[in-house]
Amino acid sequence: MGAERLIAIATDRDIVTAREEGRELASTLNFSPSDLTVIAVAISEVTRNILMYAGQGEVSLCLVDKGSRRGIAVVARDHGPGIENVALALEDGYSTSGGLGLGLPGARRLVDEFDIRSAPGNGTTVTLRKWER
Amino acid sequence: MLVPILKQGDYLIASIQSALTDTDLLSLRDDLVGQVGHYRSRGVIIDVTVLDVMDSFAVRMLSTLAQMITLRGAETVIVGIQPDVAFAMVQLGLTLGGVATALDLEEGLAYLNARAKKGKAGGR
Repeated sequence: MGAERLIAIATDRDIVTAREEGRELASTLNFSPSDLTVIAVAISEVTRNILMYAGQGEVSLCLVDKGSRRGIAVVARDHGPGIENVALALEDGYSTSGGLGLGLPGARRLVDEFDIRSAPGNGTTVTLRKWER
Repeated sequence: MLVPILKQGDYLIASIQSALTDTDLLSLRDDLVGQVGHYRSRGVIIDVTVLDVMDSFAVRMLSTLAQMITLRGAETVIVGIQPDVAFAMVQLGLTLGGVATALDLEEGLAYLNARAKKGKAGGR
């Protein structure tokens, strides 16, 4: 459903572009204004992770459906060092970068579906989905 | 995007005009911390009304900024956090710690004025 928007992430300006495009794409569905903000924040967190840990990568945004439900899927992909301990990276307050450690666990709380695939040396792919109410 | 900083009496007012990158947030922090000394300001107001996103980086930068301003002997008030932004911050688990917040610029100025009066009356 709908075309995919692919945004390369290489500078902090790209984080802003990605979350603005995500908000714009999601606003074509029936999301509430707070859901749109939540989607933009989640995109901000996962794209910043790309920049901080892998240096570069990409994020894909597309509209999806499941039965009669419509939503937005965000896939953040990088070929960086990967995450050694995914369970730990999803714990509140855990960070290897001196950040707040709320990026990944926070993004998980903001969306309906969250999937992360990562292995040391093999990059990281984070998939988020948020459905219309 | 440069954030204009206005000097009004004893206060500095940083009025954010558009979405900020991480780099913009870092320069805002450094500019304000520098200008507080330059103008011998007693208070700083950061107006975030136009921000439609405050993520963990923005919140961390604003908290750090407020702490640095405190160490420079002035006070910080963040004004204009939008309802949807507040909602997303709470969902994400972000708080602004001990940083003062106010509804809008007017309330922010009133807060700083009240604090200044209290300071002059002796004791905090």
